[in-house]
Amino acid sequence: MLNRVITVASTLTSRIPGKAGVWRGVWSRYGIRIFGTVWLLVFTLPVRGDKLQFNRDIRPVLSDACFRCHGFDAATRKGGVRLDLRDDALKPGKSGATPIVPGKPDQSEVVRRLYAPDPDELMPPRESHKRLTAEQKATIRNWIQEGAVYEGHWAFQPIARPEIPWAGQARDAPLGHQPIDAFVSATLRAKGLPLAGRTDRTTLIRRVSLDLTGMPPAPEAVAAFEVDERDDAYERVVDRLLRSPRYGERMAQDWLDAARFADSNGYQVDRDREAWAWRDWVVGAFNRNLSFDQFTVEQLAGDLLPGATFEQRIATGFHRNHMSNEEGGIIPEEFLAEYCADRVETTATVWLGLTFNCARCHDHKYDPFTQRDFYGLYAFFHNITEKGVGDYGSHYRRSTPPWMLLPAPELETALGRLNQDLSDESAVLTNLASQVLLNAADWERQVTNAHVTWQKPWLLHPHVSSNGVTEVGLESVLNLRSLDTNLVVFSATLRIPLSSVSALRFELSRNHSEVAGSTNRIGVRELRVWRVDGPLTETNALAVRPRSIETGAPTDDVAKALDGKTNTSWQAVFTTNGAVVACVDFLRPLPGSGQVLLKIELEASASETNWPWRLAVEATSTPLDWLATPEVRGILLKPVVDRKDEDQKKLGAFRLAQSPVYEAQRLRVEGVRGRAKEKENALPVTLVMQEMDQPRETFVLMRGAYDRKGERVMPSTPGMLPAFSSELPRNRLGLARWLTSSSNPLTARVMVNRLWQSFFGVGLVRTAEDFGVQGEAPSHPELLDWLARSWMERGWDIKWLVKEMVTSETYQRASKFSKESATIDPENRWLARGPRFRLSGEAIRDQALSVSGLMVGQFGGPAVRPYHPSGIYEQVVAGSSADTYVQDKGANLYRRSLYTYWKRSVPNPSLLLFDRPFRETCAVRRARTSTPLQALNLLNDPTYVEASRALAQRMIREGGLTEERRVRHGFRLVTCRQPNPAELRILIQGLRRAAASFAADYAAAEALVKVGDSVRATNLDLVELAAYTSVASTLLNLDETLTKE
Amino acid sequence: MTHDSVHLTRRLFLSRGGTGIGAAALMSLLNSSGLRADGRVGSKTVGESLTHRGTARRVIYLTQAGAPSQLDLFDYKPGLKARFKENLPDSVRGGQRLTGMTSGQKTLPIAPTPFAFRQHGQSGIWLSELMPHTGRAVDEMCLVRSVFTEAINHDPAMTLLQTGSQVAGRPSVGAWLSYGLGSENSNLPGFVVMISRPSGPTNAQPLHERMWGSGFLPSQHQGVRFSPGRDPVLYLSNPAGMDDGRRRGMLDDLAALNRLKLEIYQDPEIQTRITQYELAYRMQASVPELTDLSKEPKSIFELYGPDSTKPGTFAANCILARRLAERGVRFIQLYHRGWDQHASLPEHIRHQARDTDQPSSALLMDLKQRGLLDDTLIVWGGEFGRTVFSQGELSETNFGRDHHPRCYSIWMAGGGIRAGTTYGETDDFSYNIARDPVHLHDLNATILHCLGIHHERLTFRHLGRDYRLTDIHGNVVSGLLS
Repeated sequence: MLNRVITVASTLTSRIPGKAGVWRGVWSRYGIRIFGTVWLLVFTLPVRGDKLQFNRDIRPVLSDACFRCHGFDAATRKGGVRLDLRDDALKPGKSGATPIVPGKPDQSEVVRRLYAPDPDELMPPRESHKRLTAEQKATIRNWIQEGAVYEGHWAFQPIARPEIPWAGQARDAPLGHQPIDAFVSATLRAKGLPLAGRTDRTTLIRRVSLDLTGMPPAPEAVAAFEVDERDDAYERVVDRLLRSPRYGERMAQDWLDAARFADSNGYQVDRDREAWAWRDWVVGAFNRNLSFDQFTVEQLAGDLLPGATFEQRIATGFHRNHMSNEEGGIIPEEFLAEYCADRVETTATVWLGLTFNCARCHDHKYDPFTQRDFYGLYAFFHNITEKGVGDYGSHYRRSTPPWMLLPAPELETALGRLNQDLSDESAVLTNLASQVLLNAADWERQVTNAHVTWQKPWLLHPHVSSNGVTEVGLESVLNLRSLDTNLVVFSATLRIPLSSVSALRFELSRNHSEVAGSTNRIGVRELRVWRVDGPLTETNALAVRPRSIETGAPTDDVAKALDGKTNTSWQAVFTTNGAVVACVDFLRPLPGSGQVLLKIELEASASETNWPWRLAVEATSTPLDWLATPEVRGILLKPVVDRKDEDQKKLGAFRLAQSPVYEAQRLRVEGVRGRAKEKENALPVTLVMQEMDQPRETFVLMRGAYDRKGERVMPSTPGMLPAFSSELPRNRLGLARWLTSSSNPLTARVMVNRLWQSFFGVGLVRTAEDFGVQGEAPSHPELLDWLARSWMERGWDIKWLVKEMVTSETYQRASKFSKESATIDPENRWLARGPRFRLSGEAIRDQALSVSGLMVGQFGGPAVRPYHPSGIYEQVVAGSSADTYVQDKGANLYRRSLYTYWKRSVPNPSLLLFDRPFRETCAVRRARTSTPLQALNLLNDPTYVEASRALAQRMIREGGLTEERRVRHGFRLVTCRQPNPAELRILIQGLRRAAASFAADYAAAEALVKVGDSVRATNLDLVELAAYTSVASTLLNLDETLTKE
Repeated sequence: MTHDSVHLTRRLFLSRGGTGIGAAALMSLLNSSGLRADGRVGSKTVGESLTHRGTARRVIYLTQAGAPSQLDLFDYKPGLKARFKENLPDSVRGGQRLTGMTSGQKTLPIAPTPFAFRQHGQSGIWLSELMPHTGRAVDEMCLVRSVFTEAINHDPAMTLLQTGSQVAGRPSVGAWLSYGLGSENSNLPGFVVMISRPSGPTNAQPLHERMWGSGFLPSQHQGVRFSPGRDPVLYLSNPAGMDDGRRRGMLDDLAALNRLKLEIYQDPEIQTRITQYELAYRMQASVPELTDLSKEPKSIFELYGPDSTKPGTFAANCILARRLAERGVRFIQLYHRGWDQHASLPEHIRHQARDTDQPSSALLMDLKQRGLLDDTLIVWGGEFGRTVFSQGELSETNFGRDHHPRCYSIWMAGGGIRAGTTYGETDDFSYNIARDPVHLHDLNATILHCLGIHHERLTFRHLGRDYRLTDIHGNVVSGLLS
């Protein structure tokens, strides 16, 4: 990101025309033009056998330059010329000219047009911005000369059963020389590249441990392996690692990228979702070595298996991992289409290695797939009992059905108790109702005659916190002023000249003389009322009920100021020149002797600073219960005989609402109901697939638009691939079985390739996500087929396949670059040396936690929230909500990175820096960048500062008494090997320099070793600990540490 | 794997900077990463996309998140006064879809703007009274009144505006430019993002990291968020107790150890890592120097307005934008949130205008007085417009406006933009475009054009297809160019 620097701007003006364009111009200025040329020759020309091969030499060129207009998509085909099929290419086009005449390039229109001097005739046309090199043109010409032999695209051909190319007899192969090595050696012999030898045991055990468990080996394991002279010592290590439960966590990491797994919904407000049970299922499936075909079936269609188990239904969460939208105002159907398309694209990428998204709007431009094929697959996924839009109104766990409850015994017991309480309290309420409704005639008389008059009290002793100003104004109005927007606390005493008080009326208003007509608000967090002429301990606050002034009916708004909760408030919003009014009445009228003395206290904040407002209070002795709504009054005016049932119900409901006793009980019931609801919402869930009883109809969507329906389609698989057996059900289960049938040419190859990529850094097919025509051909096609075929024959046994790879000689080679391999094959596609790549972000952090001894190895469960920079949520989250990252405490700070909370809109920044995909869509290949921001992260993130300190503690305590022994111990913990003398010298010098520096600055030493929540060893010298912390940080930042070597 | 062109220029930089390594290592560096995913020479498409000499070297994108109302700021429709509360004629609406927020409304009553418009500058461009400072700079800009989009909800619309697609996963404009042109400053990222929250009580839609993400481009092209506070860039500061001297010593040890490794392994990635740690160290000095406004003269704070002394405000970010531009950062993106006025628009939009009017105009003037406006392209605008009819209750002084993708206004200035002009027209209701529509793809094509890039040629091969910012669309709008 920081690395494209100065030269580009100057190249804007100094380009030299030519095929290498800008870059050649740049190189020549630096005298390295020759390298560019060599480089081009070496890497753009395929290794040539005797004869040109269509798939290797011709198809990539035609596909890139010609198929857009002369390929599979009939809608955009030009001139009636089709070049992807031989039969068509040999037929004349609309112009009458024949594109390809085998053996006769000079009569072939293709050749004529490739070399046409007239720019209007030249192919590819100018507007395509594609150009062929002279080399490419010549290759096509020669191929036509040789007879223009076509081959089907390699990936769509049945998986072959190649002979293993042993150099001699198979039984003569040296120990550890496996079929993989035979295939690789055969190619290497042909290229004349020298082979690297086996790497040393220390490097090897670190390499294989990081690959199979995502963690470095324990020092004891390294030591034991280094001296284990048994023939099968390495195999034993591999078997042990494959049995480790950490293996499942490591393997899950790549699968979670592919499955776009995350802990939030991804759109707009991006609320959380709960799907960790699915993630744990994946870890478990790898650990118990569930065969890949069954792994596929359970995730795509576990719910459709006969007698589907609970676990198999959890597995179906795979296709609920897509993003989900809850935004108000979206059109559900539009997003249903989005989810289904995502499922098609993900399925196609993960199992078929095909870029099906291209076929969503039109037939595929490069691969033989139609838009109809896309919607045929779409139909399999279109019958889920889901809604296109989530529901902000419901709890996040319940917002996007279908979901399934997970067992939670403690919560369930508590919920059971609450439900029992609820039914008990409800019974009491029913009883109360029948009592309250007695004596209807008396009540009607009372209500009909009721009239409320409000009395202004005397306001005494106004008081305000230091950030406010107050004074008593005319008409018993309290003039107030908030100096800032923080909470201001006001209090005053009311002397009310009444013999009893049954209700108070509060009126908040703006001071119009000072405020312009903009919108402001006052948030009243708490409103408290005490008696002062009775004992002060006797508080009536709880007895206060909020009422609407117009009708006397209960309201919720003011209740928020009376609930004793500091996180709720009564929001008085002023948009026009009105006042905001609320009434509270007491459960029982407060008696007095001619007057009642009350104290009120208000905690409120204004939306503006230095903002004037007013509070007026009045009181009445008339119970507000007696106030009837206009509707109730209307009913009361009717003679009883004229009233409808409905009228009587309304009267009953009103009367109940007016009864303090009934109301109190009702609130109690609501309280219990609320707590029960809360518990119920706390029950964990996991998102699952569930089929609709009546399937939705599926149509081709024109240009992919949800509201432009074309022809109707039934569930079907792409016509180009082996047929969908009539014995299979036409649902997701059938689809899963079709994907894993032995005749499917793609699934096994695609998965083998991804596993290869996991261990060797680059797939045999580099474009792991694209096995189509535009993807790259395999470097070792026979090896790929042999692995895929053998794997299927062994029942898709994943651990067998993994072991086959990591026990190969090819895997075990040293990863040093030789001169030849660095120049001829810098990317190591021919595998002459072992893999050497930067670790994933997850592995880098897990390794630091592990070698420092901080790691907490607990498996599974809800996501955890480790250290995280503050403030990055606040800038971007919705509205004015205080959504922030709440960091965990204790053990959850040190769990494996697999469990780190992943919010799609603001993903964990350090994992993102190390190229973890956003997890918004399927990703099967990670970038591997090297940036300065990564360096800053590893140097300064508390995660690594704390790990350095913890590692320093281990160095001091476990290493021995001398500097050298301690440094050696740390070096070995981190890299597994011993430092060489030069390394040791640098580290010890660094240690002494740091120690001297910290000795002169004790406060700095103390500050450094304080970072992090974990307990610091108290019996260590702080200066010494700080110095070792600095050295430990050096160790954790070594290139070697960050690299699988 | 890291992208080739990146390595290439980094190597060139190093050889210039005197810390380079020998030719053999350079060659292996090039080779190690010289292949694109499809085996072609990756830099080719970047190189070939530079088809002409650009008029701008950098972009400052003042993104107004939430969708500012064109009717109350830029698109003057005096005829609407007489139509207060009239229902929007069906012939105008033409059956266009509404969001779920107004589709249930029985009527669509016209809400004329309560704000006065007047003409400004030599060019006489009409602007609302909410934009007095912008009015003073109007002769520097081209006001485009005919931008449109397909998206009707914030998340997809902002994703489209920023990445050229409503569907998540594509690279953002800034990432494309970082990929295409790199940074002109080796000590700063090529793509910087700064975000400010509204000062008023308004509805601020969320933003997502993907809006400045790199999509399928290598992730070093992702926008780097600068925040107010201790760490303007994530993890920038050394931990407590680790002062610069100790850090330097530690980094020297680290580099020495890594060089030992490089000698044995000859893996060019090791050299890259050594370089990146040095860059990180230099950023620890260059970024705080950049974000420290204490040496800016008083006149600058006066120019940008009272908020500019408060870190994290749009005004303060505008000053930072100028400082980033001075230092050669390629793409500087500011987001100001809070334009989503479904209700109480007349009140809330005042706050928004106050937050942005003076600083935006000041930025233009400041760049001009430093001679930077000529090669800096400025874009000011949001993800869609707002409806002429009221959402919810309508009175003469209070109403709301719903989302409106069919037309809205933005302004552009500097680096090659035709100054003091307007482009495009809408109908009498600012509901449909009457003349010269500019789709977001056209806007993006034009932005790339100003930078010297042919938008059809800056491509990246992903999933077997050559993707570009403008997808399969986009035309350079020559009417916007000087």
